[in-house]
Amino acid sequence: MNHDHYNDTWIREILNTVKTVAMIGASPQNVRPSYFVFKYLAERGYDMIPINPGQVGKSLIGKSFVASLREIDRPIDMIDIFRNADHIMPIIDDALTLNPLPKVIWMQLGVRNDEAAKKAEAAGIKVVMNRCPKIEYGRLSSEISWMGVNSRTLSSKRAPIPTQGMRLSLNRASVGGGGTDAADRAAKNKNDAV
Amino acid sequence: MNDRIPGFATLAVHAGAQPDPTTGARATPIYQTTSFVFNDSDHAASLFGLQSFGNIYTRITNPTTSVLEERVAALEGGTAALATASGHAAQVVAFQQLLRPGDEFIASRKLYGGSINQFTHAFKSFGWNVVWADSDDIASFERAVTPHTKAIFIESIANPGGSITDIEAISAVARQAGVPLIVDNTLATPYLIRPIDHGADIVIHSLTKFLGGHGNSLGGIIVDAGTFDWSKDNKYPMLSEPRPEYHGIKLQETFGNFAFAIACRVLGLRDLGPALSPFNAFMIMTGIETLPLRMQRHCENAKAVAEFLSAHPAVAAVNYAGLTSSPYYTLARKYAPKGAGAVFTFSLKGGYEAGVSLVSNLKLFSHLANVGDTRSLVIHPASTTHSQLDDDAKTRSGAGPDVVRLSIGIEDKEDLIADLEQALSA
Ligand SMILES: Cc1ncc(COP(=O)(O)O)c(C=O)c1O
Repeated sequence: MNHDHYNDTWIREILNTVKTVAMIGASPQNVRPSYFVFKYLAERGYDMIPINPGQVGKSLIGKSFVASLREIDRPIDMIDIFRNADHIMPIIDDALTLNPLPKVIWMQLGVRNDEAAKKAEAAGIKVVMNRCPKIEYGRLSSEISWMGVNSRTLSSKRAPIPTQGMRLSLNRASVGGGGTDAADRAAKNKNDAV
Repeated sequence: MNDRIPGFATLAVHAGAQPDPTTGARATPIYQTTSFVFNDSDHAASLFGLQSFGNIYTRITNPTTSVLEERVAALEGGTAALATASGHAAQVVAFQQLLRPGDEFIASRKLYGGSINQFTHAFKSFGWNVVWADSDDIASFERAVTPHTKAIFIESIANPGGSITDIEAISAVARQAGVPLIVDNTLATPYLIRPIDHGADIVIHSLTKFLGGHGNSLGGIIVDAGTFDWSKDNKYPMLSEPRPEYHGIKLQETFGNFAFAIACRVLGLRDLGPALSPFNAFMIMTGIETLPLRMQRHCENAKAVAEFLSAHPAVAAVNYAGLTSSPYYTLARKYAPKGAGAVFTFSLKGGYEAGVSLVSNLKLFSHLANVGDTRSLVIHPASTTHSQLDDDAKTRSGAGPDVVRLSIGIEDKEDLIADLEQALSA
């Protein structure tokens, strides 16, 4: 699997099929990206579970923190990791002990660990790295266009007016598979240089 | 159609626009409103904290303007864009994210006269120091790099001389220096040149010119290529450091490869204030829908007029990169194979006096200080757009005293040639 570029079809499939998402490194501080990604995905109808051993006993927008993956009482479709690259491998090892296995492991913007990705992929888990699910959801639904961001999608259909808790259609036509060539190339060069 | 890449003309019509959710209106409505209601106070707080997508106030975002922004980002192959009230405003907003007092940037001497003024005088008063280089001499950019250099600025096709800049060569200098390359792509438009494909990190436009294209609305835009790593050596604290005005958010960490466009919006536009009017955004995006058709015609007409002038006995020289005689012809074939643009200069054997009389004898060309209109335009730069420069700087920027600048419109080329012919022989 090439992680320098993801086709929209691949990202769309993931965001359209996962329901339960465990977020490792979720922060109760409302200025941290993990907090507002958590909140956004919850508002878009995902079943969100915050994982942070330092916050057990507290909750994030009404969802109780748990200490680890193994303490979750239901199957997890996706693990979204807000930890830097050095902390990924033990999380993958933990995830591989789950039964059933998660379908997707997603590492946040700026986080990439190719070795850990290979290990997860060998067990049949899909891996996304150096992306943010909130940005990708906003992009594929075109909600992010409010910020002047190039969604790299087109649609001639009337969009619904988004309301709280509503899933948005992600099935717009992708422009060039969803990549921005120059930006993807720069990210690849940066990763290759490491 | 997932993997089909829509062509340029399709993006020019469709990118960013979708039927209006409320009314089904197919053309993008003009949301002529200052502000937008919040669902509740939590929603308001999350918008103010950059945590949700949505609109607060038209100085920061507007749903009409955002269609224009996404469209230009798509046409340039960037990750995001930010529209401003004018091209000049775009330059101030972009540089504000990069420079602190005492910093330097390198700029080509071959620039629009207004940009030379802005960099020399207004920027100087902010403590932002321009260092000039010659776009025909790549080594002059290398020599200008110092530890204080924070960016390099060039025009793809330079105003007024119509010369073509070797973007790839200068981008290599920028990469070596670890600074972003900013390209003013106003005269080329993405239809003729896409600077990001050649190594630009930021593209700037005066939308006032060919993109709007009808001489009716001012506007500017900044496009983020998403290629520059702002956090690498902490040279760009606006992007890499926690922002006190947003409770410690780090923009690159949060927004990834469109962080520069977000910085321009939430630190630049929000605090400096030069927002584009939604009405202008509507006019400009309507213009962009026909950009490919207009640029084809502009270039075809410009080439015909340039050829006519170069064969005319009263003309001393024509500087149009689309002519085989031009020193920029090879660069034009490489960077702008579809056409060398429609703004160029020529000089008359009769010098300054002959130039002045030509301008007054023209009946179809309008004598005014703009370029990139459907109408053909003429001006004498030395006494107008470039008048504040000294003689040496005038000549070096391609605006010597004997030089006349044309911006060729989309009229019938035979009529343009006939008008020039009668004016030259009057
Ligand atoms: C190449 C170029 N850049 C920037 C500008 C400034 O744009 P505006 O007049 O929209 O501020 C102009 C205007 O003539 C221009 O020709």
